[in-house]
Amino acid sequence: MADKQLACMTCQPKGLCGGRGLLTLKEGAWANNPLAIQVLGICSALAVTNRLENSLVMGGALIFVCVGSNLLVSLLRKRTPHRIRMIAEVAIIATFVILFDQFLRAFYWDMSKQLGPYVGLIITNCIVMGRAEAFALQNPPVLSIVDGVANGLGYAVILAIIGFFRELLGTGEIFEYKVLSGQWYTPNQLMILAPGAFFALGILIGIFNAVKGPEPGEKK
Amino acid sequence: MSETSAWVIFIAAIFTNNILLTNFLGMCSFIACSGQIRTSIGLGTAVTFVLIMTTILNYVIYHFVLVPLGIAHLQFIIFIAVIAAFVQLVEMFVERFSPRLYFTLGIFLPLITVNCAILGASLFMIIRKYSFIQSVGFGLGAGIGWAVAIVMLAGLRQKMRYSNIPEPFQGVPIAMVVTGVLAMAFMGFAGMVSIQ
Repeated sequence: MADKQLACMTCQPKGLCGGRGLLTLKEGAWANNPLAIQVLGICSALAVTNRLENSLVMGGALIFVCVGSNLLVSLLRKRTPHRIRMIAEVAIIATFVILFDQFLRAFYWDMSKQLGPYVGLIITNCIVMGRAEAFALQNPPVLSIVDGVANGLGYAVILAIIGFFRELLGTGEIFEYKVLSGQWYTPNQLMILAPGAFFALGILIGIFNAVKGPEPGEKK
Repeated sequence: MSETSAWVIFIAAIFTNNILLTNFLGMCSFIACSGQIRTSIGLGTAVTFVLIMTTILNYVIYHFVLVPLGIAHLQFIIFIAVIAAFVQLVEMFVERFSPRLYFTLGIFLPLITVNCAILGASLFMIIRKYSFIQSVGFGLGAGIGWAVAIVMLAGLRQKMRYSNIPEPFQGVPIAMVVTGVLAMAFMGFAGMVSIQ
């Protein structure tokens, strides 16, 4: 919530976003949530959410990469020839992912080991690529940053929710504090294993659909 | 370098360490393309082929170019470039020799580039320090495992079209839950062989 306030306060009075800042933010973080509504980038959402801590780091990574790549793609949008824009976007995204990966390796080796290949897999995360392609290519830099923050946040929040429930139900702990005591709660190991991830995300998307009402075009 | 034989890795990559059901790689096209068995077989074949070829290519490039030059940290960008180039090549081939398959797969062929299973397999290969033979076994197993999983889900989804599913759960959510059940079934294989 604090981030939302901040973005609007720095944005609106100066009119840097051309008055579209708030709308972009809302669109990315809620109405068009990349994970729950568009169902993009679910690979990492399933893989790293077995613990809340991992989910938070992964969410942070995605915000960083999304903001960085959106900014750079947007800055270069008039200079990039249309035909090679894809490979240019991939190169830009990969650069930011490598930066983040090296940062993790240097300062948080344990976390880097736990996340394994999934940090590298942010390159193939459809959200980042999708935002670069669909938004940053057509919009000015500042607005693109807002879009990156919004989508990154939308992703990070969902990840945190899934991570929270999987860790809580799977081990009875949050950040290694016992929350559900062993006296009356038997940790459900299934939740930290693979099937739990699928169930958690499926149910979450279902709840999102129920709250928002189904999209007319989405039914098959 | 681990001592496990390539055959064990091959079996494990299909059943106990299925790249999709235990490592969650390649979910995007898995969910999007599993509407029909025919499409999913085509996509599964394409992914298997691309996966094994890029695993081999990336193995060679990593161990004979990147490591000697001391630029192993650039692996992500090199791997993705190799994969993109290779997919482009496959696309040209399929378009030329099997136009029908080309139309069925349509947009999803280029999407193989951003299929995390492909890049993920290459990264796993590096992280787990496989030898060349082991990498071949792993690449083939991972590809087949992915194809098996998507064909199974496609079959289930075709049947589910006639079921009475609660409105909010139609489409993607129920596919996820069913995948969860599939993953649970595959957990039954755990302990048969194990790799790390």
